[in-house]
Amino acid sequence: MNADTRPLLEVRGLCVSYGKVEALHQAGIEVGAGQIVTVIGPNGAGKTTLLSAVMGLLPSRGEIVFDGEPQPRPDVEYLVTRGMALVPEKRELFGEMSVEDNLVLGAFQRYRRGERDYRDTLEEVYALFPRLKERRAQAAGTLSGGERQMLAVGRALMGKPRLLMLDEPSLGLAPLIVREIFRIIASLRERGVSILLVEQNARAALQVADYGYVLEMGEITMHGPAHELATDPRVIEAYLGLGKHQERLAP
Amino acid sequence: MDSSIALILTQDGIVNGAVYVLLALALVLVFTVTRIIFIPQGEFVAFAALTLAMLENGRFPGTVWLVLAAGLAVCVMEAGALVARHDWRYRLQVLGWNLAYPLVLWALAATIDWREAGQWGRIAFTLALIVPLGPMMFRVFFQPIAAAPVLVLLIVAVAVHVALVGLGLWMFGAEGYRTLPLWDENFLVGPLRIPGQAIWVVGASLALIVLLAQFFSRTIYGKALRATAVNRNGARLMGISPNLAGRLTLMLSAAIGAVSGILVSPITTIYYDTGFLIGLKGFVAAIIGGLAAYPAAAAGALLVGLLESFSSFWASAYKEVIVFTLIIPVLFWRSLRTHHVEEEEE
Repeated sequence: MNADTRPLLEVRGLCVSYGKVEALHQAGIEVGAGQIVTVIGPNGAGKTTLLSAVMGLLPSRGEIVFDGEPQPRPDVEYLVTRGMALVPEKRELFGEMSVEDNLVLGAFQRYRRGERDYRDTLEEVYALFPRLKERRAQAAGTLSGGERQMLAVGRALMGKPRLLMLDEPSLGLAPLIVREIFRIIASLRERGVSILLVEQNARAALQVADYGYVLEMGEITMHGPAHELATDPRVIEAYLGLGKHQERLAP
Repeated sequence: MDSSIALILTQDGIVNGAVYVLLALALVLVFTVTRIIFIPQGEFVAFAALTLAMLENGRFPGTVWLVLAAGLAVCVMEAGALVARHDWRYRLQVLGWNLAYPLVLWALAATIDWREAGQWGRIAFTLALIVPLGPMMFRVFFQPIAAAPVLVLLIVAVAVHVALVGLGLWMFGAEGYRTLPLWDENFLVGPLRIPGQAIWVVGASLALIVLLAQFFSRTIYGKALRATAVNRNGARLMGISPNLAGRLTLMLSAAIGAVSGILVSPITTIYYDTGFLIGLKGFVAAIIGGLAAYPAAAAGALLVGLLESFSSFWASAYKEVIVFTLIIPVLFWRSLRTHHVEEEEE
Protein backbone atom coordinates (compact mmCIF):
# COMPACT_ATOMS: atom_id res chain seq x y z
CA MET A 1 0.00 0.00 0.00
CA ASN A 2 1.59 3.33 -0.92
CA ALA A 3 1.35 6.54 1.04
CA ASP A 4 -1.41 8.04 -1.06
CA THR A 5 -3.96 5.34 -0.55
CA ARG A 6 -3.08 4.64 3.04
CA PRO A 7 -5.93 5.69 5.33
CA LEU A 8 -5.40 8.62 7.69
CA LEU A 9 -6.64 6.61 10.65
CA GLU A 10 -6.48 2.84 11.02
CA VAL A 11 -7.85 1.16 14.11
CA ARG A 12 -7.49 -2.61 14.45
CA GLY A 13 -8.55 -4.96 17.20
CA LEU A 14 -9.31 -2.19 19.65
CA CYS A 15 -10.51 -3.37 23.07
CA VAL A 16 -11.52 -1.18 25.98
CA SER A 17 -12.63 -2.45 29.37
CA TYR A 18 -14.22 -0.66 32.29
CA GLY A 19 -13.16 -2.98 35.08
CA LYS A 20 -14.36 -6.44 34.04
CA VAL A 21 -16.89 -5.11 31.55
CA GLU A 22 -15.61 -4.99 28.02
CA ALA A 23 -17.10 -1.92 26.37
CA LEU A 24 -15.36 -2.37 23.05
CA HIS A 25 -14.35 -5.70 21.56
CA GLN A 26 -11.95 -6.05 18.61
CA ALA A 27 -13.24 -2.94 16.91
CA GLY A 28 -11.66 -2.02 13.60
CA ILE A 29 -12.31 1.08 11.53
CA GLU A 30 -10.55 3.11 8.87
CA VAL A 31 -10.88 6.73 7.88
CA GLY A 32 -9.40 7.69 4.54
CA ALA A 33 -8.02 11.15 3.81
CA GLY A 34 -10.81 13.55 2.91
CA GLN A 35 -13.52 11.05 3.84
CA ILE A 36 -16.50 11.34 6.13
CA VAL A 37 -16.90 8.11 8.03
CA THR A 38 -19.74 7.54 10.42
CA VAL A 39 -20.24 5.08 13.25
CA ILE A 40 -23.90 4.53 14.06
CA GLY A 41 -25.42 2.36 16.71
CA PRO A 42 -27.74 2.35 19.67
CA ASN A 43 -27.15 3.86 23.06
CA GLY A 44 -24.39 2.30 25.08
CA ALA A 45 -22.95 0.46 22.07
CA GLY A 46 -19.52 1.93 22.80
CA LYS A 47 -19.43 4.75 20.27
CA THR A 48 -18.15 7.39 22.70
CA THR A 49 -15.75 4.83 24.15
CA LEU A 50 -14.34 4.25 20.66
CA LEU A 51 -13.61 7.93 20.12
CA SER A 52 -12.20 8.42 23.62
CA ALA A 53 -9.85 5.46 23.19
CA VAL A 54 -8.62 6.65 19.79
CA MET A 55 -7.95 10.10 21.28
CA GLY A 56 -6.01 8.57 24.19
CA LEU A 57 -8.50 9.62 26.85
CA LEU A 58 -9.07 5.98 27.82
CA PRO A 59 -6.58 3.14 28.12
CA SER A 60 -7.07 0.58 25.37
CA ARG A 61 -5.51 -2.48 23.77
CA GLY A 62 -5.14 -2.83 20.06
CA GLU A 63 -3.57 -1.01 17.20
CA ILE A 64 -4.08 2.66 16.37
CA VAL A 65 -2.20 4.07 13.40
CA PHE A 66 -2.62 7.77 12.70
CA ASP A 67 -1.14 9.19 9.51
CA GLY A 68 1.10 6.14 9.11
CA GLU A 69 2.47 6.47 12.65
CA PRO A 70 1.54 3.74 15.14
CA GLN A 71 0.35 5.04 18.51
CA PRO A 72 1.22 2.32 21.03
CA ARG A 73 0.11 4.59 23.87
CA PRO A 74 -2.13 7.24 22.42
CA ASP A 75 -1.47 10.54 24.17
CA VAL A 76 -4.03 13.33 23.88
CA GLU A 77 -1.63 16.25 23.76
CA TYR A 78 0.61 14.55 21.23
CA LEU A 79 -2.27 13.51 18.97
CA VAL A 80 -3.55 17.09 19.00
CA THR A 81 -0.17 18.26 17.72
CA ARG A 82 -0.32 15.58 15.01
CA GLY A 83 -3.66 16.90 13.76
CA MET A 84 -6.36 14.94 15.56
CA ALA A 85 -9.25 16.76 17.21
CA LEU A 86 -12.23 15.52 19.18
CA VAL A 87 -15.45 17.40 19.79
CA PRO A 88 -16.87 15.45 22.70
CA GLU A 89 -20.53 14.91 23.36
CA LYS A 90 -20.35 17.17 26.41
CA ARG A 91 -18.67 19.89 24.27
CA GLU A 92 -16.30 20.68 27.20
CA LEU A 93 -16.29 24.41 26.54
CA PHE A 94 -14.63 26.94 28.82
CA GLY A 95 -17.93 28.29 30.11
CA GLU A 96 -16.71 31.35 31.99
CA MET A 97 -14.47 32.50 29.17
CA SER A 98 -15.50 34.49 26.10
CA VAL A 99 -16.37 32.85 22.80
CA GLU A 100 -13.25 34.34 21.24
CA ASP A 101 -10.99 33.10 24.05
CA ASN A 102 -12.44 29.62 23.60
CA LEU A 103 -11.61 29.75 19.91
CA VAL A 104 -8.12 31.17 20.44
CA LEU A 105 -7.33 28.32 22.84
CA GLY A 106 -8.23 25.90 20.07
CA ALA A 107 -5.00 27.07 18.44
CA PHE A 108 -2.91 26.60 21.61
CA GLN A 109 -0.82 23.71 20.29
CA ARG A 110 -0.15 25.46 17.00
CA TYR A 111 0.84 28.63 18.87
CA ARG A 112 3.15 26.58 21.04
CA ARG A 113 4.85 25.18 17.97
CA GLY A 114 5.48 28.71 16.75
CA GLU A 115 2.59 29.08 14.29
CA ARG A 116 1.45 32.61 15.03
CA ASP A 117 -1.25 32.88 12.35
CA TYR A 118 -4.17 32.01 14.62
CA ARG A 119 -5.83 35.37 13.88
CA ASP A 120 -6.27 34.28 10.25
CA THR A 121 -7.74 30.96 11.31
CA LEU A 122 -10.07 32.86 13.62
CA GLU A 123 -11.41 34.84 10.67
CA GLU A 124 -11.94 31.61 8.71
CA VAL A 125 -13.91 30.10 11.59
CA TYR A 126 -15.97 33.28 11.94
CA ALA A 127 -16.71 33.09 8.21
CA LEU A 128 -17.97 29.53 8.71
CA PHE A 129 -19.99 30.45 11.82
CA PRO A 130 -21.07 34.10 11.58
CA ARG A 131 -23.13 33.62 14.75
CA LEU A 132 -19.95 33.13 16.76
CA LYS A 133 -18.55 36.41 15.49
CA GLU A 134 -21.68 38.21 16.71
CA ARG A 135 -21.20 36.66 20.13
CA ARG A 136 -17.41 36.81 20.31
CA ALA A 137 -17.33 38.76 23.60
CA GLN A 138 -20.06 36.74 25.30
CA ALA A 139 -19.23 34.03 27.86
CA ALA A 140 -19.42 30.58 26.28
CA GLY A 141 -21.67 29.36 29.09
CA THR A 142 -24.44 31.75 28.02
CA LEU A 143 -24.77 30.40 24.48
CA SER A 144 -27.71 28.36 23.23
CA GLY A 145 -27.30 24.65 22.51
CA GLY A 146 -26.75 25.11 18.80
CA GLU A 147 -24.28 27.92 19.31
CA ARG A 148 -22.38 25.84 21.83
CA GLN A 149 -22.06 23.05 19.29
CA MET A 150 -20.85 25.55 16.68
CA LEU A 151 -18.33 26.88 19.17
CA ALA A 152 -17.10 23.39 20.00
CA VAL A 153 -16.62 22.59 16.30
CA GLY A 154 -15.09 26.01 15.62
CA ARG A 155 -12.69 25.60 18.53
CA ALA A 156 -11.56 22.23 17.18
CA LEU A 157 -11.07 23.74 13.71
CA MET A 158 -8.79 26.42 15.17
CA GLY A 159 -6.18 23.68 15.56
CA LYS A 160 -6.36 23.00 11.79
CA PRO A 161 -6.97 19.29 12.35
CA ARG A 162 -6.65 16.71 9.62
CA LEU A 163 -9.01 14.35 11.41
CA LEU A 164 -12.01 15.79 13.19
CA MET A 165 -13.93 13.40 15.42
CA LEU A 166 -17.45 14.49 16.28
CA ASP A 167 -19.36 12.78 19.05
CA GLU A 168 -23.13 13.18 18.63
CA PRO A 169 -23.00 16.67 17.15
CA SER A 170 -26.79 16.73 16.74
CA LEU A 171 -27.57 15.69 20.31
CA GLY A 172 -30.19 17.86 21.94
CA LEU A 173 -30.47 20.28 19.03
CA ALA A 174 -33.56 21.49 17.19
CA PRO A 175 -34.06 19.92 13.72
CA LEU A 176 -33.27 23.15 11.91
CA ILE A 177 -29.96 23.49 13.69
CA VAL A 178 -29.18 19.81 13.12
CA ARG A 179 -29.53 20.43 9.39
CA GLU A 180 -27.21 23.43 9.67
CA ILE A 181 -24.62 21.39 11.56
CA PHE A 182 -24.68 18.62 8.95
CA ARG A 183 -24.39 21.17 6.14
CA ILE A 184 -21.24 22.46 7.82
CA ILE A 185 -19.88 18.94 8.30
CA ALA A 186 -20.31 18.31 4.57
CA SER A 187 -18.57 21.59 3.75
CA LEU A 188 -15.60 20.70 5.95
CA ARG A 189 -14.78 17.77 3.68
CA GLU A 190 -14.18 20.23 0.87
CA ARG A 191 -11.51 21.85 3.01
CA GLY A 192 -9.68 18.53 3.21
CA VAL A 193 -10.66 17.68 6.77
CA SER A 194 -11.40 14.00 7.32
CA ILE A 195 -14.28 13.39 9.66
CA LEU A 196 -15.17 10.54 11.96
CA LEU A 197 -18.76 11.08 12.94
CA VAL A 198 -20.49 9.23 15.73
CA GLU A 199 -24.26 9.62 15.62
CA GLN A 200 -27.52 8.26 16.88
CA ASN A 201 -29.24 10.24 14.15
CA ALA A 202 -28.38 7.50 11.66
CA ARG A 203 -30.42 8.92 8.79
CA ALA A 204 -28.62 12.26 8.75
CA ALA A 205 -25.25 10.63 9.38
CA LEU A 206 -25.55 8.16 6.49
CA GLN A 207 -26.70 10.94 4.18
CA VAL A 208 -23.57 12.98 4.73
CA ALA A 209 -21.04 10.14 5.09
CA ASP A 210 -19.01 8.21 2.52
CA TYR A 211 -18.63 5.10 4.59
CA GLY A 212 -20.38 3.75 7.64
CA TYR A 213 -19.95 1.29 10.47
CA VAL A 214 -22.62 -0.13 12.73
CA LEU A 215 -21.49 -0.62 16.32
CA GLU A 216 -23.61 -2.83 18.54
CA MET A 217 -22.72 -4.13 22.01
CA GLY A 218 -19.10 -3.05 21.59
CA GLU A 219 -18.61 -4.83 18.27
CA ILE A 220 -18.68 -3.70 14.66
CA THR A 221 -21.51 -5.72 13.17
CA MET A 222 -21.79 -4.19 9.71
CA HIS A 223 -19.89 -1.81 7.53
CA GLY A 224 -19.95 -0.56 3.99
CA PRO A 225 -20.42 2.51 1.79
CA ALA A 226 -22.93 4.82 3.41
CA HIS A 227 -25.49 4.67 0.60
CA GLU A 228 -25.45 0.86 0.73
CA LEU A 229 -25.91 0.83 4.48
CA ALA A 230 -28.79 3.26 4.14
CA THR A 231 -30.63 0.76 1.93
CA ASP A 232 -29.71 -2.33 3.92
CA PRO A 233 -32.91 -3.82 5.35
CA ARG A 234 -31.27 -4.60 8.71
CA VAL A 235 -30.13 -1.00 9.09
CA ILE A 236 -33.53 0.32 8.04
CA GLU A 237 -35.21 -2.00 10.51
CA ALA A 238 -33.01 -1.07 13.45
CA TYR A 239 -31.98 2.54 12.85
CA LEU A 240 -33.99 4.18 10.12
CA GLY A 241 -37.41 2.76 10.86
CA LEU A 242 -40.20 5.30 10.90
CA GLY A 243 -41.70 6.34 14.18
CA LYS A 244 -39.07 4.50 16.16
CA HIS A 245 -37.80 7.17 18.46
CA GLN A 246 -34.69 6.18 20.25
CA GLU A 247 -34.06 7.08 23.81
CA ARG A 248 -31.85 10.13 24.00
CA LEU A 249 -30.01 9.35 27.18
CA ALA A 250 -26.32 9.71 27.86
CA PRO A 251 -24.46 6.58 26.75
CA MET B 1 -6.94 55.40 70.45
CA ASP B 2 -6.74 58.67 68.56
CA SER B 3 -6.90 59.17 64.83
CA SER B 4 -3.13 59.32 64.31
CA ILE B 5 -2.68 55.89 65.86
CA ALA B 6 -5.53 54.58 63.76
CA LEU B 7 -3.81 56.00 60.67
CA ILE B 8 -0.52 54.37 61.58
CA LEU B 9 -2.21 51.05 62.19
CA THR B 10 -4.08 51.35 58.90
CA GLN B 11 -0.82 52.04 57.10
CA ASP B 12 0.74 48.96 58.70
CA GLY B 13 -2.30 46.90 57.83
CA ILE B 14 -2.24 47.95 54.20
CA VAL B 15 1.48 47.25 53.82
CA ASN B 16 1.17 43.77 55.33
CA GLY B 17 -2.12 43.25 53.54
CA ALA B 18 -0.47 43.97 50.19
CA VAL B 19 1.84 41.01 50.71
CA TYR B 20 -1.04 38.79 51.83
CA VAL B 21 -2.86 39.79 48.67
CA LEU B 22 -0.01 38.42 46.59
CA LEU B 23 0.10 35.18 48.54
CA ALA B 24 -3.68 34.78 48.45
CA LEU B 25 -3.67 35.25 44.68
CA ALA B 26 -0.93 32.64 44.32
CA LEU B 27 -2.88 30.17 46.46
CA VAL B 28 -6.09 30.69 44.49
CA LEU B 29 -4.17 30.32 41.23
CA VAL B 30 -2.48 27.07 42.27
CA PHE B 31 -5.70 25.60 43.64
CA THR B 32 -7.88 26.42 40.64
CA VAL B 33 -5.38 25.11 38.09
CA THR B 34 -3.96 22.08 39.91
CA ARG B 35 -6.39 21.49 42.84
CA ILE B 36 -3.41 21.57 45.22
CA ILE B 37 -3.90 23.52 48.46
CA PHE B 38 -0.37 24.78 48.30
CA ILE B 39 0.90 24.91 51.87
CA PRO B 40 4.58 25.38 50.89
CA GLN B 41 3.73 28.78 49.34
CA GLY B 42 5.19 30.51 52.41
CA GLU B 43 8.52 28.72 51.98
CA PHE B 44 9.15 30.61 48.76
CA VAL B 45 8.74 33.82 50.78
CA ALA B 46 11.13 32.80 53.55
CA PHE B 47 13.68 31.18 51.25
CA ALA B 48 13.81 34.22 48.97
CA ALA B 49 14.27 36.58 51.92
CA LEU B 50 16.96 34.41 53.51
CA THR B 51 18.76 33.79 50.22
CA LEU B 52 18.91 37.53 49.70
CA ALA B 53 20.21 37.95 53.26
CA MET B 54 22.93 35.32 52.66
CA LEU B 55 24.02 37.11 49.51
CA GLU B 56 24.14 40.45 51.36
CA ASN B 57 26.31 38.90 54.05
CA GLY B 58 28.62 37.34 51.49
CA ARG B 59 27.68 33.80 52.45
CA PHE B 60 27.03 30.96 50.05
CA PRO B 61 23.24 30.48 49.87
CA GLY B 62 22.18 26.89 50.61
CA THR B 63 19.36 27.39 48.11
CA VAL B 64 21.88 26.55 45.39
CA TRP B 65 22.16 22.99 46.74
CA LEU B 66 18.39 22.77 46.89
CA VAL B 67 18.05 23.78 43.23
CA LEU B 68 20.81 21.35 42.21
CA ALA B 69 19.19 18.48 44.12
CA ALA B 70 15.69 19.26 42.84
CA GLY B 71 16.99 19.53 39.27
CA LEU B 72 18.76 16.20 39.60
CA ALA B 73 15.60 14.59 40.94
CA VAL B 74 13.64 15.93 37.95
CA CYS B 75 16.28 14.54 35.55
CA VAL B 76 16.08 11.08 37.14
CA MET B 77 12.28 11.05 37.02
CA GLU B 78 12.16 12.33 33.46
CA ALA B 79 14.77 9.74 32.42
CA GLY B 80 12.52 7.02 33.83
CA ALA B 81 9.55 8.38 31.93
CA LEU B 82 11.57 8.80 28.74
CA VAL B 83 12.84 5.23 28.79
CA ALA B 84 9.38 3.86 29.57
CA ARG B 85 7.70 5.79 26.77
CA HIS B 86 10.54 5.93 24.21
CA ASP B 87 9.75 9.57 23.98
CA TRP B 88 12.89 11.68 23.58
CA ARG B 89 11.31 14.87 22.30
CA TYR B 90 12.06 17.02 25.32
CA ARG B 91 15.43 15.60 26.43
CA LEU B 92 17.48 18.74 25.71
CA GLN B 93 14.92 20.99 27.31
CA VAL B 94 14.85 18.79 30.43
CA LEU B 95 18.62 18.60 30.74
CA GLY B 96 19.03 22.30 30.04
CA TRP B 97 16.65 23.50 32.69
CA ASN B 98 17.28 20.91 35.34
CA LEU B 99 20.99 20.19 35.06
CA ALA B 100 22.79 22.90 33.10
CA TYR B 101 20.86 25.79 34.61
CA PRO B 102 21.44 24.79 38.27
CA LEU B 103 25.13 24.22 37.49
CA VAL B 104 25.38 27.73 36.04
CA LEU B 105 23.73 29.08 39.20
CA TRP B 106 26.20 27.14 41.32
CA ALA B 107 29.14 28.54 39.34
CA LEU B 108 27.77 32.08 39.70
CA ALA B 109 27.20 31.64 43.43
CA ALA B 110 30.71 30.30 43.93
CA THR B 111 32.63 32.82 41.83
CA ILE B 112 30.92 36.18 42.25
CA ASP B 113 31.27 38.27 45.39
CA TRP B 114 27.63 39.14 45.79
CA ARG B 115 28.33 41.84 48.38
CA GLU B 116 29.71 43.88 45.49
CA ALA B 117 26.92 43.03 43.07
CA GLY B 118 24.47 45.71 44.17
CA GLN B 119 20.99 45.23 45.58
CA TRP B 120 19.35 44.68 42.20
CA GLY B 121 21.95 42.13 41.19
CA ARG B 122 21.34 40.18 44.39
CA ILE B 123 17.58 40.37 43.92
CA ALA B 124 17.88 39.09 40.36
CA PHE B 125 20.04 36.17 41.50
CA THR B 126 17.61 35.38 44.32
CA LEU B 127 14.75 35.21 41.84
CA ALA B 128 16.87 33.05 39.52
CA LEU B 129 17.34 30.62 42.42
CA ILE B 130 13.81 30.53 43.84
CA VAL B 131 11.58 30.63 40.74
CA PRO B 132 12.74 27.30 39.19
CA LEU B 133 12.00 25.55 42.49
CA GLY B 134 8.28 25.87 41.70
CA PRO B 135 8.18 23.80 38.49
CA MET B 136 10.75 21.36 39.86
CA MET B 137 8.62 20.79 42.95
CA PHE B 138 5.59 20.19 40.78
CA ARG B 139 7.43 17.67 38.61
CA VAL B 140 8.85 15.71 41.54
CA PHE B 141 6.00 15.72 44.05
CA PHE B 142 2.74 16.55 42.32
CA GLN B 143 2.89 15.50 38.67
CA PRO B 144 2.99 11.76 39.47
CA ILE B 145 -0.18 12.10 41.57
CA ALA B 146 -1.87 14.89 39.62
CA ALA B 147 -5.11 12.91 39.32
CA ALA B 148 -5.31 12.09 43.04
CA PRO B 149 -8.10 13.49 45.23
CA VAL B 150 -7.69 16.96 46.73
CA LEU B 151 -7.06 15.48 50.16
CA VAL B 152 -4.10 13.41 48.95
CA LEU B 153 -2.64 16.44 47.21
CA LEU B 154 -3.08 18.42 50.42
CA ILE B 155 -1.30 15.78 52.49
CA VAL B 156 1.63 15.76 50.06
CA ALA B 157 1.68 19.56 50.15
CA VAL B 158 1.91 19.47 53.95
CA ALA B 159 4.71 16.90 53.74
CA VAL B 160 6.63 19.05 51.26
CA HIS B 161 6.16 22.03 53.55
CA VAL B 162 7.50 20.18 56.60
CA ALA B 163 10.48 18.88 54.63
CA LEU B 164 11.26 22.35 53.29
CA VAL B 165 11.11 23.94 56.75
CA GLY B 166 13.65 21.34 57.90
CA LEU B 167 15.85 22.04 54.92
CA GLY B 168 15.46 25.75 55.62
CA LEU B 169 16.91 25.32 59.09
CA TRP B 170 19.82 23.39 57.61
CA MET B 171 20.43 25.89 54.79
CA PHE B 172 20.02 29.17 56.66
CA GLY B 173 20.40 28.35 60.35
CA ALA B 174 18.04 29.31 63.17
CA GLU B 175 18.99 32.98 63.08
CA GLY B 176 16.59 35.61 61.73
CA TYR B 177 17.58 38.17 59.12
CA ARG B 178 16.46 41.48 57.72
CA THR B 179 17.58 42.61 54.31
CA LEU B 180 18.49 46.11 53.16
CA PRO B 181 15.54 48.31 52.22
CA LEU B 182 15.13 49.21 48.57
CA TRP B 183 14.41 52.79 49.48
CA ASP B 184 15.90 54.16 52.68
CA GLU B 185 14.05 57.46 52.91
CA ASN B 186 11.07 58.32 55.07
CA PHE B 187 8.25 60.65 54.15
CA LEU B 188 6.25 62.70 56.60
CA VAL B 189 2.60 63.06 55.65
CA GLY B 190 0.69 64.75 58.48
CA PRO B 191 1.06 62.49 61.50
CA LEU B 192 2.31 59.60 59.35
CA ARG B 193 5.88 58.61 58.76
CA ILE B 194 5.85 56.54 55.59
CA PRO B 195 9.01 54.52 55.01
CA GLY B 196 10.16 54.25 51.41
CA GLN B 197 10.06 50.48 51.71
CA ALA B 198 6.32 50.60 52.52
CA ILE B 199 5.76 52.48 49.27
CA TRP B 200 7.79 49.83 47.49
CA VAL B 201 5.73 47.02 49.00
CA VAL B 202 2.39 48.50 48.02
CA GLY B 203 3.60 49.76 44.63
CA ALA B 204 5.32 46.52 43.63
CA SER B 205 2.34 44.45 44.78
CA LEU B 206 -0.03 46.56 42.70
CA ALA B 207 2.30 46.36 39.72
CA LEU B 208 2.53 42.58 40.04
CA ILE B 209 -1.26 42.26 40.27
CA VAL B 210 -1.70 44.35 37.12
CA LEU B 211 0.95 42.26 35.39
CA LEU B 212 -0.77 39.02 36.38
CA ALA B 213 -4.16 40.34 35.25
CA GLN B 214 -2.65 41.22 31.87
CA PHE B 215 -1.02 37.81 31.63
CA PHE B 216 -4.31 36.01 32.26
CA SER B 217 -6.46 38.16 30.00
CA ARG B 218 -4.10 38.87 27.11
CA THR B 219 -1.64 36.04 26.57
CA ILE B 220 -2.50 32.63 25.20
CA TYR B 221 -0.55 30.90 27.97
CA GLY B 222 -2.47 32.84 30.60
CA LYS B 223 -5.72 31.88 28.91
CA ALA B 224 -4.56 28.28 28.80
CA LEU B 225 -4.11 28.29 32.59
CA ARG B 226 -7.59 29.76 33.05
CA ALA B 227 -8.98 27.16 30.67
CA THR B 228 -7.37 24.36 32.69
CA ALA B 229 -8.94 25.81 35.83
CA VAL B 230 -12.39 26.04 34.19
CA ASN B 231 -12.43 22.72 32.36
CA ARG B 232 -9.53 20.32 32.63
CA ASN B 233 -10.84 17.85 30.02
CA GLY B 234 -11.62 20.58 27.56
CA ALA B 235 -8.12 21.97 28.01
CA ARG B 236 -6.53 18.58 27.37
CA LEU B 237 -8.47 18.27 24.12
CA MET B 238 -6.88 21.56 23.04
CA GLY B 239 -3.48 20.02 23.72
CA ILE B 240 -3.00 21.98 26.95
CA SER B 241 -1.31 19.38 29.10
CA PRO B 242 -2.19 19.52 32.81
CA ASN B 243 1.50 18.91 33.49
CA LEU B 244 2.55 21.96 31.53
CA ALA B 245 -0.17 23.99 33.24
CA GLY B 246 0.96 22.73 36.64
CA ARG B 247 4.61 23.59 36.04
CA LEU B 248 3.73 27.03 34.73
CA THR B 249 1.42 27.68 37.68
CA LEU B 250 3.99 26.71 40.28
CA MET B 251 6.55 28.83 38.49
CA LEU B 252 4.21 31.80 38.86
CA SER B 253 3.51 30.94 42.49
CA ALA B 254 7.23 30.66 43.24
CA ALA B 255 7.84 34.00 41.54
CA ILE B 256 5.02 35.65 43.50
CA GLY B 257 6.32 34.13 46.74
CA ALA B 258 9.90 35.22 46.03
CA VAL B 259 8.86 38.77 45.23
CA SER B 260 6.79 38.90 48.44
CA GLY B 261 9.78 37.67 50.43
CA ILE B 262 12.08 40.25 48.90
CA LEU B 263 9.51 42.99 49.61
CA VAL B 264 8.80 42.15 53.26
CA SER B 265 12.25 41.17 54.49
CA PRO B 266 13.39 44.77 55.07
CA ILE B 267 10.30 45.34 57.28
CA THR B 268 10.02 42.03 59.12
CA THR B 269 12.69 39.74 60.48
CA ILE B 270 12.46 36.46 58.57
CA TYR B 271 13.39 33.11 60.08
CA TYR B 272 13.58 29.77 58.30
CA ASP B 273 10.03 28.96 59.47
CA THR B 274 8.42 32.40 59.09
CA GLY B 275 7.01 31.45 55.71
CA PHE B 276 4.35 29.20 57.16
CA LEU B 277 2.73 31.93 59.23
CA ILE B 278 2.79 34.43 56.36
CA GLY B 279 1.47 31.81 53.96
CA LEU B 280 -1.27 30.84 56.39
CA LYS B 281 -2.50 34.42 56.50
CA GLY B 282 -2.60 34.44 52.73
CA PHE B 283 -4.55 31.20 53.03
CA VAL B 284 -7.14 32.77 55.35
CA ALA B 285 -7.60 35.47 52.73
CA ALA B 286 -7.85 32.90 49.93
CA ILE B 287 -10.55 31.05 51.91
CA ILE B 288 -12.54 34.28 52.11
CA GLY B 289 -12.51 34.14 48.32
CA GLY B 290 -13.58 30.48 48.46
CA LEU B 291 -10.21 29.50 46.91
CA ALA B 292 -11.74 30.52 43.60
CA ALA B 293 -12.40 34.27 43.39
CA TYR B 294 -9.44 36.59 42.96
CA PRO B 295 -11.06 39.93 43.93
CA ALA B 296 -12.63 38.44 47.07
CA ALA B 297 -9.29 36.90 48.02
CA ALA B 298 -7.55 40.25 47.57
CA ALA B 299 -10.16 42.03 49.68
CA GLY B 300 -9.84 39.29 52.28
CA ALA B 301 -6.06 39.76 52.35
CA LEU B 302 -6.41 43.46 53.06
CA LEU B 303 -8.90 42.64 55.79
CA VAL B 304 -6.44 40.18 57.31
CA GLY B 305 -3.68 42.81 57.19
CA LEU B 306 -5.83 45.45 58.89
CA LEU B 307 -7.21 43.03 61.46
CA GLU B 308 -3.68 41.96 62.28
CA SER B 309 -2.33 45.47 62.80
CA PHE B 310 -5.31 46.63 64.87
CA SER B 311 -5.34 43.52 67.01
CA SER B 312 -1.60 43.87 67.62
CA PHE B 313 -2.42 47.28 69.13
CA TRP B 314 -5.36 46.19 71.26
CA ALA B 315 -4.34 42.68 72.18
CA SER B 316 -0.89 42.04 70.84
CA ALA B 317 -0.51 38.67 72.55
CA TYR B 318 -3.56 37.41 70.69
CA LYS B 319 -2.99 38.94 67.29
CA GLU B 320 -2.39 35.61 65.50
CA VAL B 321 -5.30 34.02 67.35
CA ILE B 322 -7.63 36.80 66.26
CA VAL B 323 -6.52 36.59 62.63
CA PHE B 324 -6.90 32.83 62.44
CA THR B 325 -10.21 32.88 64.32
CA LEU B 326 -11.52 34.92 61.40
CA ILE B 327 -11.61 31.71 59.41
CA ILE B 328 -14.47 30.28 61.52
CA PRO B 329 -17.13 32.92 60.77
CA VAL B 330 -15.91 33.00 57.16
CA LEU B 331 -16.36 29.26 56.72
CA PHE B 332 -19.75 29.46 58.41
CA TRP B 333 -20.84 32.26 56.12
CA ARG B 334 -19.57 30.41 53.06
CA SER B 335 -21.30 27.21 54.07
CA LEU B 336 -24.56 29.11 54.27
CA ARG B 337 -24.37 30.79 50.91
CA THR B 338 -22.79 28.11 48.72
CA HIS B 339 -24.95 25.23 47.68
CA HIS B 340 -23.58 21.78 47.10
CA VAL B 341 -22.07 21.46 43.63
CA GLU B 342 -22.07 18.16 41.81
CA GLU B 343 -18.62 16.81 41.06
CA GLU B 344 -19.07 16.30 37.31
CA GLU B 345 -21.04 19.26 36.12
CA GLU B 346 -20.81 20.48 32.59
